Amino acid sequence: MPRTRTYRITIPAATRYLTAVRRFVAIHAREAGFSEAEIDRIRLAVDEACTNAIKHAYKGNERGLIDVIIRVTPEKFHIIVRDRGPGFNPSDYQAPDIRRSVRHRKGGGYGIHLMYSLMDEVYFRRKKRLNEVHLIKYRRPDTSRTSTRAHT
Amino acid sequence: MGGFSIQFRQQDDITILALHGELDAHTASELEAAFQRCLDEGKVRIVVDGSHLDYISSAGLGVFMAFVDEIRERGGDIKIAALKPRVYKVFDLLGFPMVFDILPTVDEAIARFRATDTSTRKT
Repeated sequence: MPRTRTYRITIPAATRYLTAVRRFVAIHAREAGFSEAEIDRIRLAVDEACTNAIKHAYKGNERGLIDVIIRVTPEKFHIIVRDRGPGFNPSDYQAPDIRRSVRHRKGGGYGIHLMYSLMDEVYFRRKKRLNEVHLIKYRRPDTSRTSTRAHT
Repeated sequence: MGGFSIQFRQQDDITILALHGELDAHTASELEAAFQRCLDEGKVRIVVDGSHLDYISSAGLGVFMAFVDEIRERGGDIKIAALKPRVYKVFDLLGFPMVFDILPTVDEAIARFRATDTSTRKT
């Protein structure tokens, strides 16, 4: 049995495909033994990463493609959301302030905050012309049906 | 799975928007249109019934943030009611309870509006 299993879906950069991505992520997170509450968190974080790629990297150009790659190891559930748009500089990130958003009548800018809140680890990588958002959730013994494989 | 719809109903001067399904970056424009329609019709006392809302992302939450200030400026409010626990968690992560009235039931949200009427009349 391989120690790492990899799954991939590629979607056009359009919001109508978000449901398919959420379903894809939920199936594999469930298979990895996460609780429904954890699956909700993982699914939302991936939705936010894909939404950012659609809106900011491709600015709604549906010819852009987004890869969602899931790597499941005995230790972690690692999702990579990859696009080919302009990169995101993590140092530009500022924690949002809901009171200020309401005052300014603006609703955006919360996706990255949610990703950081929902996942155990989040980082951004620029590889040649590819942007990657890495989202990691560790598989704890009580949520993993296959944790013993870590010792094989 | 994956669909989204909004049902409107009126209870005296309060407009109840019942959300059904999944509110994400694809469907957020429908909620925008619903709030805009309320504003255009001068219906600024709004209860959002979340009892059939299965999912929300930041795009959906952003719609609430974008509209509530104008609705309050016109003497109304958006009160959020009957959220499922899994959906409430997302509102809570972004600090919505600091800025919005979030009530366990639609009836309590309506009562909150009525309570404001009573206290306004007294002063």
